[in-house]
Amino acid sequence: MRQVEADKAGRPIESIGRAEVEDFLYTEADLIDRWQLKEWVELYAEDARYFVPTTDLPSADPKNDLVYIHHDYIRIRELARRLLSSKAHREYPYSKVRHLVTNVRLMGIEDDGLHVSANFTVWRFRNEDVDHFVGQYDYWLKLVGGELKIGQKKATLDQITLRPAGAISIVL
Amino acid sequence: MIKDVGLDLEGIVEDRSEEGIFRYHRSTLTSPEILEIERRKIFDKCWIYLGHESEVPKPGDYKRRKVVGRPLFFIRSRKSSKINVFFNACAHRGAAICRHDEGRANALQCFYHAWTFDTEGNLIGVPGEEAYGGSWDRDKMGLKSVPRVESYRGFIFVNFNPEAEDLITYLAEAKDYLDHIVDGAEEAVRFYRGSSNGSSDPLSMEILRGTHMYAVKANWKLVGENGYDAYHVAPTHASYIQYLKNVGQEISGYKNGIQKNLGNGHAVFEGEIDWGRPVSKWSAVFGEDSKEEMEALRKHIINKFGEERGRLIAELDRNLLIFPNLTINDIMALVIRTFYAIRPDYTEITSWELVPKGERPDVRAKRLDSFLTFLGPGGFASPEDAEAVESCQQGVQADPNAWSYLSRGLHHDTPQILDEHQMRTWWREWHRRMLG
Repeated sequence: MRQVEADKAGRPIESIGRAEVEDFLYTEADLIDRWQLKEWVELYAEDARYFVPTTDLPSADPKNDLVYIHHDYIRIRELARRLLSSKAHREYPYSKVRHLVTNVRLMGIEDDGLHVSANFTVWRFRNEDVDHFVGQYDYWLKLVGGELKIGQKKATLDQITLRPAGAISIVL
Repeated sequence: MIKDVGLDLEGIVEDRSEEGIFRYHRSTLTSPEILEIERRKIFDKCWIYLGHESEVPKPGDYKRRKVVGRPLFFIRSRKSSKINVFFNACAHRGAAICRHDEGRANALQCFYHAWTFDTEGNLIGVPGEEAYGGSWDRDKMGLKSVPRVESYRGFIFVNFNPEAEDLITYLAEAKDYLDHIVDGAEEAVRFYRGSSNGSSDPLSMEILRGTHMYAVKANWKLVGENGYDAYHVAPTHASYIQYLKNVGQEISGYKNGIQKNLGNGHAVFEGEIDWGRPVSKWSAVFGEDSKEEMEALRKHIINKFGEERGRLIAELDRNLLIFPNLTINDIMALVIRTFYAIRPDYTEITSWELVPKGERPDVRAKRLDSFLTFLGPGGFASPEDAEAVESCQQGVQADPNAWSYLSRGLHHDTPQILDEHQMRTWWREWHRRMLG
């Protein structure tokens, strides 16, 4: 067993195949959908970023342009804490959320890690709200102690505006 | 008589100061008939924010934008560099002329029959023009301009009423608040450039790229109220305040807060609160490395403008609503927000971030961070505002014959920051115009 862990810890990012990446993305989607947000945060590396550009500027540079979300690890953790607090009134009681993740592709190893792209549809239902978010994910994954972690997650929306939605109050 | 509720417009707002009661009838939030009157008497008569001059910096630059439901576009003239604002409709048969959200053009051509217009709106090309006879006059077939366009310190407003008073008169004392914002930004630009010389650029502020476009299932007036209601901050934004606490920033509430009636329905609340301001009040969110410099900028502004106005510019938050639908919140960042009723219970909201131009990249990055923690659909606070106004709308629809109350602080000689003076100011103007 110890040997297995040692082997796992030493494995290179090049050894990660699409099946493992897909399992990882589906796990993330499932944790969000089931509001297991403490466990969700554990999928992120400590230097992680979670980024959602505005609908009118998908190529935004978050250091220079206005975006919807650009969280570092602390804010990712705080987002989870906030959503679980019962004081995030937009999401308490919790909405019903469903992530559909498809078209998963490994785009190659880059400086920031293994670049993965995927398509998504996220549905949110609450009271009379039926919100949908459609777009493309770009992930940069890395291995930390042999475990896959999210270094960066970018969700680029296809919609022209968020309307009729009033917020991105859930995790995309 | 409003058909939906059988109530006179006259009685729809009750200002009973001696009894300590100010209230408005909830049909004002649900009635299509009220919205129809609002369209005629408010949106077609008041000065409405269109955009900022920095959005079309070069000759030929244009932006397409819907303003109070009307498709418009504005374009910087190739001849005069002036900004022209047109209805986005071909003079021929009404097809949309401008079919991109933004761009740069020498001329605009309608795709339908290829009529072509220059940046002044003049008709410069008509295929087969010889087929037009009689009193045909190409010079009379230009694009139709919005009746009135005026700007103040970069903020462009339109008015669909040709007889409207001028913008400066309309802005009344709200003008001073635009001055505080722009003067502060100018000093910040000079300070970070390390020079006391002003730039030759007449504009000291710019709208950042990236627009927040969202909607709420609530009446537009609720959106306006929410934007400058200090009373709701502690309960509604408890999770934001907890977030700040978690990252080392205790919030103890507003200090030295006041509210002001700025005339013509405009009002502001201002006060000190523990979160930071990019120009220029440091807080933990900006990071230790920027503490010294932001403090130096604060002192610089106070030296430049004197203790009273300097402190007001650098240290005080201000939430301002320019009647009827322009919110300017100069808080942990500077947000410009407009909102418009598509239906009585559905409002489209658009927000931009305004920043000092040519700001140093690290300062810009921190400002953006500060914005996103609180503001916008993905922030740690604005989603709760959407929830609050939608919650009101749902409750109001349960019984549109009930009343909503804005009586807080009605008996105060000097309005306090948590009072509802600002909203009463707005509703009195709304009522005056609706009866006019």
